[in-house]
Amino acid sequence: MKRIAICAVAQHKCNSNQWDKRFQGMLLDVLEEIQEQTGFTFDEDTGVRNVITCSDDVFDARTISDNGVTDVVGAHYRGEEKMAQEGLNGLGYAMASILAGHDDVIYLAGHCKESQPESRNVCTNLAYDPFYGRPMGLDFLNVAGLQARAYVEKSGLTQQQMAKVVVRARQWAARNPYANATDQVEHGEVMASPMICDPIKSLHIYPISDGAVGFLLASEERAHEFSDNPVWITGFGCCMDSYFMGDRDIASNFALKKAAGRAYKMAGIKDPKKAIDLVEVMDCYAYQQPMWLEGLEFCKDGKGPKFIDESGPAKYNVNLSGGMLAGNPLMIGGLYRAAEAALQLMGDAGEHQAADVKRAVVQSTTGGAGQFHTVLVLEQ
Amino acid sequence: MAKKKKNRNVGIIGVGQTEYSSHKEYQNQAEMVNEAVRYALADANLSLDDIDCVIHGNMELFEMVHQPDMWHSLGSGAFGKDQLRITTGGTTGASLVCAADNLVASGMYDVVMAIGLEKLQEGHTTGGITNMADPLWFRHLQTGALTGSTASMMIEEFGEERAKIAAMKYRILMDKHACLNPRAHRRLGLDYDQMENLMNTSPKLVGELRLIHMCSQSDGACVMIFASEKKAKKLSDKPVWIRDHITIHREETFNNFGIERPEWTMRNAARKLFERNGIKDPLKYFDVFEMYDPSAWWGLDWLREFLLLDGDEHLKLLENGEFDLDGKLPVNPSGGVTASNPIGATAMLRPAEAAMQIRGDAGPQQIRKKVKHALASGFGGTMWTVMVMLEKELNW
Repeated sequence: MKRIAICAVAQHKCNSNQWDKRFQGMLLDVLEEIQEQTGFTFDEDTGVRNVITCSDDVFDARTISDNGVTDVVGAHYRGEEKMAQEGLNGLGYAMASILAGHDDVIYLAGHCKESQPESRNVCTNLAYDPFYGRPMGLDFLNVAGLQARAYVEKSGLTQQQMAKVVVRARQWAARNPYANATDQVEHGEVMASPMICDPIKSLHIYPISDGAVGFLLASEERAHEFSDNPVWITGFGCCMDSYFMGDRDIASNFALKKAAGRAYKMAGIKDPKKAIDLVEVMDCYAYQQPMWLEGLEFCKDGKGPKFIDESGPAKYNVNLSGGMLAGNPLMIGGLYRAAEAALQLMGDAGEHQAADVKRAVVQSTTGGAGQFHTVLVLEQ
Repeated sequence: MAKKKKNRNVGIIGVGQTEYSSHKEYQNQAEMVNEAVRYALADANLSLDDIDCVIHGNMELFEMVHQPDMWHSLGSGAFGKDQLRITTGGTTGASLVCAADNLVASGMYDVVMAIGLEKLQEGHTTGGITNMADPLWFRHLQTGALTGSTASMMIEEFGEERAKIAAMKYRILMDKHACLNPRAHRRLGLDYDQMENLMNTSPKLVGELRLIHMCSQSDGACVMIFASEKKAKKLSDKPVWIRDHITIHREETFNNFGIERPEWTMRNAARKLFERNGIKDPLKYFDVFEMYDPSAWWGLDWLREFLLLDGDEHLKLLENGEFDLDGKLPVNPSGGVTASNPIGATAMLRPAEAAMQIRGDAGPQQIRKKVKHALASGFGGTMWTVMVMLEKELNW
């Protein structure tokens, strides 16, 4: 299979209340930054003819959320398709569009302003069916609480270990110019932060964030027109778990293991611990970092806590961006992960650049308690 | 396939549709999806095990469900599989067909199942559509999907009598087709001797856009199954091939163009699609056109754009019966969107019906002459267009 290139990325700095800019303005900023980096145009013969956007109608409170952004993503009289899931899937779809031969250059842009809705929980409560789940008050936060409890039971994860994850995330975030929550927190502060959904404490929860991300993607043949050091997408996989919490083994990583297996297979990776030297996981809550790392096969089932204690995240360069715990919007959390991994592989990560990274894995999740997972493999 | 050949050919090997109706109280969204999935699998003689990837689309704010594919996974068969959700407003169904074409042609998946659906009964359609407008500038002006401007433009161009008669003739023709289609939602049994009466008595919505001209609000789901050439030939006796597809969007406002009419996305898309496929005379080349016609006025106006016609050629063709089932280019044998409109599925119904026509399996609305080349279109957002070209043979 041919490789697909990420030629350039642009991230809008995440903030908890970007009151001075509409999402259109944020998207225009990332578009102009990528055009500046690559010089790409929307020329019908040599430029971008198709755009992939990522956004969400409920978070934007707009039916057909992509119709408000057509001009600022350059899709006027061009093709545009919206990935109405977490945006990492948009990179998988861009890969398909290029491999299919339908396109050779694609601009992808995602946006989300979590500061606009009344609350995130009001939005995600709407993900539950109107008969059983919604009237019970389920939302992505409280189902994460259920999953965290199940994972604590299974793995023995402690509050100490979760605090460790948060402290480290903030340390790395301080070096990432695009991160939102860069204030340093002490171990004791995390331990003392209020309990929200036992065992999830307030500092374990990713901060409300507004952001926008852009990518320029190209076929293997055309990548070098836009970049001297493109990063290659070599594997993609995703997987859906069942819907009702009672039907799922919520501590099992069922969907993530399958998604990872498919992405690794496509990329020809047999042992991810040997093949991969940088990991970006979408850890919306502190317990998810060790749990998703189990699903990605960096440690055995139920051994995530031990992995944290033995500095596994440092060894594998996990979330040097600060991760979700430093604040990215839910709908494009995976896109921020991929942008960070791409910068690391390009050697452009600045103050938080890791040494000698050749291959990265990026993970994202959609739905409650990781019902759906996506995994992408990137290479130098 | 903008400039070069596809990586590999893609065939449609299964189609499943629920009946379309205004109410489906007996099933929830996941159950409605499941009904169409079962029909499609049965049509393709496959089981869920054969499906590599599921793609899903509808409009979140119509039913007010966030990430509805999560819930619908109870009926979609996506459990344990790769699944993507792609939406583009009214064009969603057609965008899913384009996406399936790309996903299969890429070599990443051999068999892809696409699901488009809407259960408009469970939401407020006009409220939902009004909510697409910019909250600062346009929401207080938006009237859902109702616009009277095409009617007034056509009246200005062709005279009141001719334009009004043509729009009504188009509407009654669509109803005649819908009456043949057992799945169509509105089958009113209209006849041409009612034209005069309907033109004057159907309630006005906006200007000369009257209730009878406008599309329905429907519940329903449509599912299509796509396979790579090798698999399609193995799994199906009569796969229908996707030759090419194109998407043309435009920005949301029209006001920065002044009074001059900009090129419609329908003509822009058709021009580019036909040029790169060497289609010189679309009217002659295609044997059927399934068009997303949200109202009789829009449908009639857009025929001129899609078929690259000039002046009143489209009116003449209609007046001479050339869009009838036995005409030069039958339009919407399904009855079109004025008959059935489950929005997230509507644009998939078009290539679905076109594929069934090519297969010869369209049922009572089957066109009598052989159908080899079919065209399907989707409409959505702020005058967005998707076009899909289907072929019976792999000989282009």
